[in-house]
Amino acid sequence: MDRRRIWSLALIGTAAGAFSGLFGVGGGTVIVPMLILLFAYGERLATGTSLAAIVAIAFLAAALQGGFYGNVDIDLGLILAIPAMVGIVVGTAIQQRIPEKAVSLIFAVLLIGVAFEMVLG
Amino acid sequence: MDLALAMLVCTTGGIVGGLIGVGGGIVFIPAMTVLLSKGQVEAQSTSLLMIALVAIVGAWRQRSYGNVNFKDAFLIAALSPVGVLIGVVTANQIPERALRIGFAMVALYMAYRLLKRVFAPNHPDPRVPEIAGPLDPDGRS
Repeated sequence: MDRRRIWSLALIGTAAGAFSGLFGVGGGTVIVPMLILLFAYGERLATGTSLAAIVAIAFLAAALQGGFYGNVDIDLGLILAIPAMVGIVVGTAIQQRIPEKAVSLIFAVLLIGVAFEMVLG
Repeated sequence: MDLALAMLVCTTGGIVGGLIGVGGGIVFIPAMTVLLSKGQVEAQSTSLLMIALVAIVGAWRQRSYGNVNFKDAFLIAALSPVGVLIGVVTANQIPERALRIGFAMVALYMAYRLLKRVFAPNHPDPRVPEIAGPLDPDGRS
């Protein structure tokens, strides 16, 4: 793996972490578009790789919030995570059946919504 | 009743997460604050646990479709704690309003670049021929 690629991945990881630390948003909002725009990843590969990275980031953040501050409602989190896990199985299955550019289109709409929420919210 | 509605909303969050590769926190947090009257901090923190669990399932499914680059994912995750630290320190140095406007501008720029890519005539979409079905031996679809 060449040095430029490692630095670019480091930039994505740092940006994802920084935005999580700043706004409490998931890293995926930053990781997916950066993988597509910096590495010319296809949309499906970008979303799959993003989810794999998010596992570690979210577990670390949840462990810090739960372990140090006691802010995690574990029972409620587990109850709500079960339908959400069913949802993501459905969502990933749908994603394999739609054109990749539709994923970018949905993501662009999400980013525009997030931008407005940031300024007006 | 509210819990059932929150579960339904979280199912939607999972579907959106699967479609676009995010954890779904954008949906989980309001489901807890609006429907279940949880405080913002507790909802954000609980959402992180949910995101971790949902992302495991999502990454597992995407792996079965051949859509995960684990080496890149590992490097991104390994460097993210540095970013979290930078983010937390920065949040205490710069006014929140300026940060929100800055992030909004970055988000709009990324949206513009993605839309430009969507409407580019040579957008790479390698799987479309698979969905259309294989050619028969005579070369007709």
